[in-house]
Amino acid sequence: MPLVKLAAEDDFDGWRTAARAAALIGVPPEGLHWQVGDQVADLFAGATEPPLPPAPAGAAFSVSKTFVALAETVVLHADPERFALLYAMLVRLRDQPRLIEDQTDPLRRRLEEMAKAVRRDIHKMRAFLRFREVTDADDAPRYVAWFEPEHHIVRANAGFFMRRFATMRWSILTPEIAIHWDGDTLTQGPGAARADAPEGDPIEEVWKTYYASIFNPSRLKTGAMLKEMPKKYWKNMPETALVPALIAGAQARETQMVATARTASGGDAHAALEALRAEASGCQRCPLWQPATQTVFGEGPADARLLFIGEQPGDQEDLAGRPFVGPAGQLFDRALAEAGVDRARAYVSNAVKHFKFEPRGKRRIHAKPNGGEIEACRWWIEQERAIIRPTVTVALGATAAQSLLGRAVTISRIRGQPMALADGSEGWVTVHPSFLLRLPDEDRRVEEYARFVADLRRIGERVTALADPA
Amino acid sequence: MAQLDVQSKLAILADAAKYDASCASSGTAKRSSAGQKDGIGSTEGMGICHAYAPDGRCISLLKILLTNSCIFDCHYCINRKSANVRRARFSAKEVVDLTLSFYRRNYIEGLFLSSGIIRSSDYTMEQLVEVARSLREDHGFRGYIHLKTIPDADPLLLEAAGRHADRLSINVELPTVAGLTRLAPEKSAVRIEGAMAGLRHAIDDGRDATRRYKSAPGFAPAGQSTQMIVGADAATDRDIVGRASTLYDRYRLRRVYYSAFSPIPDASAVLPLQRPPLMREHRLYQSDWMMRFYDYKPEEVAAAADPATGMLPLDIDPKLAWALRFRERFPVDVNRAPREALLRVPGLGVKAVDGIIAARRWRRLRLEDVGRLTRSIAKLRAFLITEDWRPVALAERADPLPTAKPKREQLELFAA
Ligand code: SF4
Repeated sequence: MPLVKLAAEDDFDGWRTAARAAALIGVPPEGLHWQVGDQVADLFAGATEPPLPPAPAGAAFSVSKTFVALAETVVLHADPERFALLYAMLVRLRDQPRLIEDQTDPLRRRLEEMAKAVRRDIHKMRAFLRFREVTDADDAPRYVAWFEPEHHIVRANAGFFMRRFATMRWSILTPEIAIHWDGDTLTQGPGAARADAPEGDPIEEVWKTYYASIFNPSRLKTGAMLKEMPKKYWKNMPETALVPALIAGAQARETQMVATARTASGGDAHAALEALRAEASGCQRCPLWQPATQTVFGEGPADARLLFIGEQPGDQEDLAGRPFVGPAGQLFDRALAEAGVDRARAYVSNAVKHFKFEPRGKRRIHAKPNGGEIEACRWWIEQERAIIRPTVTVALGATAAQSLLGRAVTISRIRGQPMALADGSEGWVTVHPSFLLRLPDEDRRVEEYARFVADLRRIGERVTALADPA
Repeated sequence: MAQLDVQSKLAILADAAKYDASCASSGTAKRSSAGQKDGIGSTEGMGICHAYAPDGRCISLLKILLTNSCIFDCHYCINRKSANVRRARFSAKEVVDLTLSFYRRNYIEGLFLSSGIIRSSDYTMEQLVEVARSLREDHGFRGYIHLKTIPDADPLLLEAAGRHADRLSINVELPTVAGLTRLAPEKSAVRIEGAMAGLRHAIDDGRDATRRYKSAPGFAPAGQSTQMIVGADAATDRDIVGRASTLYDRYRLRRVYYSAFSPIPDASAVLPLQRPPLMREHRLYQSDWMMRFYDYKPEEVAAAADPATGMLPLDIDPKLAWALRFRERFPVDVNRAPREALLRVPGLGVKAVDGIIAARRWRRLRLEDVGRLTRSIAKLRAFLITEDWRPVALAERADPLPTAKPKREQLELFAA
């Protein structure tokens, strides 16, 4: 079986000449041995193999540019099989030139994957190579880098560094080959060891400062980082030594923010609330704004310790533009007074801030907001809560509870007990006052009203206790 | 203020710049230092990310502020006047030296310089321009320069900026005017857009001139971009997609960057201390991609959002969400469908579609052929017809649409 000796791992021209000749004399794909230099690549190929006979004079065939470009890249791959695979493809293309268009062909795919790996390696070398400054014998600076490519890309990649660092002197050392640029010509030498490259550079400390400062600890995404910057490159990049500490530190910083979240607050909460109210007046996050008269925003002091969330404005609230002014609101006021809770010091708002109704003749009949509307409007109540930072938030009825907890719940099951909210404050759930108004049975109404007042009283006591832990 | 050394200033002024999402260094004119007597640097069209930070973002440019002092008091901004942070200021020379030292060691592709506003808009802009000028003229720097421009600076300064910089940007800051009014009351949407319009004309003129006379000075060859903060105002994804597409059309922006609002130290009470909705940001980038590379109209992306909340689903990507809403368009026959229809198949990228079209010119494709062009054929199968495969029509399938309910964890305060 004929043997082709190539001059170097990236000897594309050698491969092309041999492959063309072999194809012309009809050597089948599996009938050639490829070898780089004198090292024996194939167990079954020995020194006894004959060289490839020359191609008949004048014979020629052509292949598409696409293939030539592909082959040029694939030759740089580390896989010893690359020459044979490319030759197999070439033989097929000689007989079936249009096969090159078939990107789904398995061999074409395999070559394409190899080319992709090579291109990636070239790109990573451009990105992750780090120069260190040393001084040459003539006192001029030289920039030296150590890099370990996966494929035979160093020579193919030299042009990039020559174009970019044309007026610098530099050397790139790799295990297989070293290249040196003196501002004029590129020379090459044998492979180097890591120890041949200089250690450290004073600027590295400055660079590390930059690396540590430009990263945002509240958006840790280590998976995304690893995907683009696999660990195998890390050992030669000074900044990556910081990564473990940065990740650990980020978690600590976030934990600390959680701890201070309920106490720290800068700026003017009253002004913030007013600005939010102004923004909400034009809200169109869900379709409910269309038929309603206006946005009915929350009301009360910006430093309230107690925040009530109702369901949505009713007919009267919609016209007045204020929450809890209709019949249910009046009942609520009465119950709060009986429970000994100071209404003036509580903030009242609604889960949904536009009146949803069905017109029935001249009347507008209240309609229940759906999950999407609650979700859309939840943005506002969350902002209100974030500014006010109430110690206790009370959801009145199922809609409010769904808004506060982010999921549908059964009131009877969680009523009357404190719940830990995600921001560290306390949540309670009870019925909505309009539920009391709808009860047809007088006795039941009295009984439920008393339960409601009892809930409010316990909540009021809880607020006092939390504010003033004895 | 005590004198800080360059490294301490860098710590402060890079930290203050980390909230800006713009990072790309692509799409500018090709430049090289080959054959030049002095100077340094090159650009080759494709930008290079030289490192990645643990937040998953790439580091391709030295992204810093000239100073983090500011006469404005925008609530979302760490540099606002009332914030209690350490202040620092670089001299133009310090920025130039840092850029060159980093560039020579192959740490970066260039510089992205922004600044708090000090004294006046013009004064600040002058300083920014001076850094770019010095890099280009005094040092023959041919790397990438991105300058953040100040909307109401003198047009002559903007013109100078465009002569030196590859890209200019002006942040719209917030997707809605109401949000801008609340969070940045000293900024004006009208002024911001006016400045963008001005840049667009200058960029168009510059391109015209270089087309006619080779020697004409170029103007911001990598065009202009902008950033908006997501999650700090009431804008829904539908609003944001609409706003972005208007900006793309009106001002020919190269990129709109989305920056999930993230908690900043010493937060103003106007802002909630919330973990940034990173998945939401990611979905917006995907929808942007759909409009730029897959020819979806903004209304179509909006149609992938939940009709009630206007939000894109967080659990599936917007292309899949769109396909599930318009099931009647699927499955698509890979051997016959036009390119546009293939591009709409969730999971089929531009490259795969081009591969399919090239291959089918001379033979009919089977499922495994398509499988070789994509990462996961299993997810695609329901949307495709091939020579050997015909799925049940999607519209007839009984399984309900995957719900577009946002994942709770994304919204909770500091949920672990
Ligand atoms: S109901 Fe809420 S979310 Fe919907 S438009 Fe009104 S204020 Fe906006």
